[in-house]
Amino acid sequence: MRLKSILTLLGPFIALLIVFGVFAGNNPRMLSEEVLLNILTQTVIVGIAAIGMALIIISGGIDLSVGSMIALCGVVAAMLVTKDVAPPLVFLGTIAFGGFCGLVNGGISTGLKLMPFIVTLGTMQAFRGAGKVATDGTPINLPFDVTAYKPWMGGAGIPWGVWLMITLVIVFTIILRYTRFGRHVFAVGSNENTATLCGVHVAKTKIFVYTIGGALAGLSALMNVAKSSQGDPTTAMGLELDIIAAVVIGGASLSGGEGTVLGALIGALLMTTIRTGCVLNGIPTPWTEVITGAIIVVAVIIDRLRHRKA
Amino acid sequence: MRGIRKTFGPTVALGRVDLEVLPGEVHALVGENGAGKSTLMKVLSGAHAPDEGEMSFDGQPYQPRHPLDARASGVGMIYQELSIAPHLTVEENIVLGMEPRRGPFVDRKTMRARAMEALAHFDHPEIQPERKAGTLSVSAQQLVEIGRSLAMGCKLLVFDEPTSSLAQKDIERLFLLIDRLKGQGISIIYISHFLEEVKRLASRLTVLRDGSVVGTREVATTAPEEIVSMMVGRDVEDLYPRTERQRGETLLEITGLSGTKKPVDASLTLHRGEVVGIAGLVGSGRTEFLRALFGLDPVKSGAVKVASATDASSTPRKRWQQRIGMLSENRKEEGLALNLSIADNVTLPCLERFGSGGLLSPAKQRSATSTWIDRLGIKCQGPAQAIGALSGGNQQKAAFARLLEYDVDVLLLDEPTRGIDIAAKARIYEAINEVVTDPQRPRAVIIISSYLPELFGVCDRIAVMSQGKLTRAVPVEKLTPHDVMLVATGKAKDLPENGDRKPEASPNSRPDI
Repeated sequence: MRLKSILTLLGPFIALLIVFGVFAGNNPRMLSEEVLLNILTQTVIVGIAAIGMALIIISGGIDLSVGSMIALCGVVAAMLVTKDVAPPLVFLGTIAFGGFCGLVNGGISTGLKLMPFIVTLGTMQAFRGAGKVATDGTPINLPFDVTAYKPWMGGAGIPWGVWLMITLVIVFTIILRYTRFGRHVFAVGSNENTATLCGVHVAKTKIFVYTIGGALAGLSALMNVAKSSQGDPTTAMGLELDIIAAVVIGGASLSGGEGTVLGALIGALLMTTIRTGCVLNGIPTPWTEVITGAIIVVAVIIDRLRHRKA
Repeated sequence: MRGIRKTFGPTVALGRVDLEVLPGEVHALVGENGAGKSTLMKVLSGAHAPDEGEMSFDGQPYQPRHPLDARASGVGMIYQELSIAPHLTVEENIVLGMEPRRGPFVDRKTMRARAMEALAHFDHPEIQPERKAGTLSVSAQQLVEIGRSLAMGCKLLVFDEPTSSLAQKDIERLFLLIDRLKGQGISIIYISHFLEEVKRLASRLTVLRDGSVVGTREVATTAPEEIVSMMVGRDVEDLYPRTERQRGETLLEITGLSGTKKPVDASLTLHRGEVVGIAGLVGSGRTEFLRALFGLDPVKSGAVKVASATDASSTPRKRWQQRIGMLSENRKEEGLALNLSIADNVTLPCLERFGSGGLLSPAKQRSATSTWIDRLGIKCQGPAQAIGALSGGNQQKAAFARLLEYDVDVLLLDEPTRGIDIAAKARIYEAINEVVTDPQRPRAVIIISSYLPELFGVCDRIAVMSQGKLTRAVPVEKLTPHDVMLVATGKAKDLPENGDRKPEASPNSRPDI
C-alpha cells in the first residue's frame, strides 16, 4: 500500500524530470538561478491554490471559480493596501474574504444539493464580474513595488512564499492522512452514502473543504499581488484549469476519494515548468497551449492505465 | 465449451473447464463467489478471450470477439446488475447495438416490429415500446433485457443471478417465463446461489470451485447437502448455528414510527440477546423502516426509545453514539467506500478512538482491523488493501466488522447476505449468533431478508412488513413460512395468534386494520 502511494507520486515526478530535462537540454538557461526562482515563485500561486483544490477534488467536488477568486481577492487586497490598512490585517482580511467566497460555493452546492460544477461555473462569472465592478475594470496599483522589497527572500535564497507553500503541503498532508477531518474528506469523496451511514457530517465536511479552498485561494491571491504589485481583476484568467490539471496530474481522481497534496504540488511544478520552458525555448504561446493540453491528456491516460492494472 | 483456461497474471481464474449444455435445457451453474462462474460466462459471451480451449455452438465453432458478436451468434447474457439505458425507450433498448437502419437513419418501423415481437413473449402489456426504460420497475427492466436477447433470436440465454434484485412475485413470473422459453427449445444457463431456485428450474447442474468443474449432476437425484459440500469443498453441518439465547432487558422500543411514505405506524420492541427478523416483499417498506429508525430518512411521527433516551428523528451519528449500527442492503452504493482501505472502512464511524491529540494513527486503525480480518476470516492482502478489490462476501464481512468494531448494542442488518457466497453467509450467521449470545453483553439484532429460510434459521421472532405496515413480532417456532408469505403478499392481515402465551409481548398488533 505504501509502495502503491509512492508509485502514484513517482509517475508525475518522473514526468516533471523528463519535461524539465528536455527543456534544459535545449536551453541551458533553464538551469539558471533566475529561471529556477521564476518557476518556483510562479508555482507558489498555482501550488497554494492547488492544495485547496486537492481537498475539494478528493471530497468529490470541483471549484471552477478559483481563478476568478484569485483575481477578486487580489483586488480586495490591493484596495485594503491603498486604504492604508496594517499589513497583517491585509493578509488576514484577504484570506478571510477568500474563505467567505469558498463558503458561498460550498454553502450553495451542499445546502441546495446542486452540482458544484454548475454552482462554481456561476460563481466563476460572478466573482470575476465583482472584481471588475469594484475597480471599474482597471487594475489597482500598489503604492510601492513589492518585488523591490528584498526581505521577501527567505532562507537558502528561496523566497518566503516558496517556504510557505512547502509548509502548507506538509501541514495538509498530515491533516488529510492523520486527522479525522482528513479521513472524512476521503470518505465523503469515495462514497457519500457510506459516509452518511457511518455518521460523518457530510454537509459540514464539504462546506469546510470549500472554505479552506477559498482561504487558500485568498493566500494565493496575495502571492499574485506581491508578484505583480497590483490588484488586477483580469488576472488569473483560466488559471483554474491549470490548478485542476495540477491536482489531477498529481494522482487525484475527479470522481473523488483519491489524491494527494504532494501530488498536486508536483503537478503545479509541472504546469509552470512547461509554461516557463516554452517561453524560454521561444515556443509561441498557441503552441504552449497545445503542448500543455496534450500533457494533461497524457497524464490522465496514464492514470487510467495505472488504475486498470491495480 | 471444452478445456477452457483463463489466467489473469499469476491468478488462474479457470483451469481447463468443460461445460456442455443441451438444446432446450436449463443448466444451472453454481459455486461460491470467485469460483470462476462469472469468468466462464464472460468467456462465453465474448467479453474475455480464453487462453486455451475451444467452444462450439449449434455444431459450429464459436469464437466471439465481443459481447455483440456473441449476441449476433445467438448467445445472450442477462446480467445480475441491469444494463438498461434508462433514458432510452424500451424499443431502443431492445435493439441497442443492433439498430435496424435505413440509410443513415434508424428504421423506426422495423425497430418497433422487432420490439413488439420480443415483447410478445411476455404477457406484460405495461411494457410499451415507446416508454422510457427508466420508468419501468426493476423486474420489467429485466424483461426488456431478456427481450433484447430474444429479438436477436438467441438460442442460448445466460442468466447471472437474475433474482437478486426481484421481489417474490416477480421471481415466480420470471420462473414461468424461463419454463416457457425452455419449451420453445431455448437453452438456458442459470447462475444462482440459491439451491431452491436451481431445484425449481434446472434439469442438470454443474458445480464450479476454484476455477475447476467439481462435477455435473442431475438435479432431481442430488441431495442439497451434496451440492453444498461440492461447492464449499467440505461438509457443512449446520448453516444456521443457534446456541441457547437469553432474552434480556429492552434495548429499543419503537412506537408508531412513520416515515414520509413508509413505514406507516410501525412498532417493535427489541431485547438484548434476540434476533428479530423483518420479512416482506422488496418495496414493502422494510428498508425505509430501518433507514427512518437510523436517522437516514426523515421521520414524520412516532417515537424511538433507546435505553433511556426517547426521540423520533435522529441522525446516523447520534444513533452510533447510542450504540446502534446499521449495515446497508446496498454494498456498492451505500455500504462501502470502495476505493478506501479495509481499515478506513471498518473504522470510519469511530475514528476518534484511533489516535491522540487530534492526530490519527493509521497503525492503530490497521491493527484493530486485522483482528476482525482474522476473526471473520476476511480473505485479503491486509487491512490497507482497497476494499473494492475483495470479493462480495469478504466485502460484506468487512461491512459487518464495522458494527463489531464500534461495539454496538443493536445491529440493524438489511439483507446482510445478499449476493454473497455460501461460505461467507455461514460466517455471517455464525457472527450473528455470537453477538446475541455473548456471555458478557448479549447484543440485539434486527435483520431484514427476502429469503425466508434464512430468517427462520437465524431469528427468534419475525415480523412482517406489508405496504408500509409492520405486524407484531411472533416467535419463529409459532410460524410457518406460509404464514409469513400470506401476510407479505397481502393475502392475510396479520400473523396468526396461534395460542401466543404472552399477550404482553404483542403490543404492536393492530386489530383494526
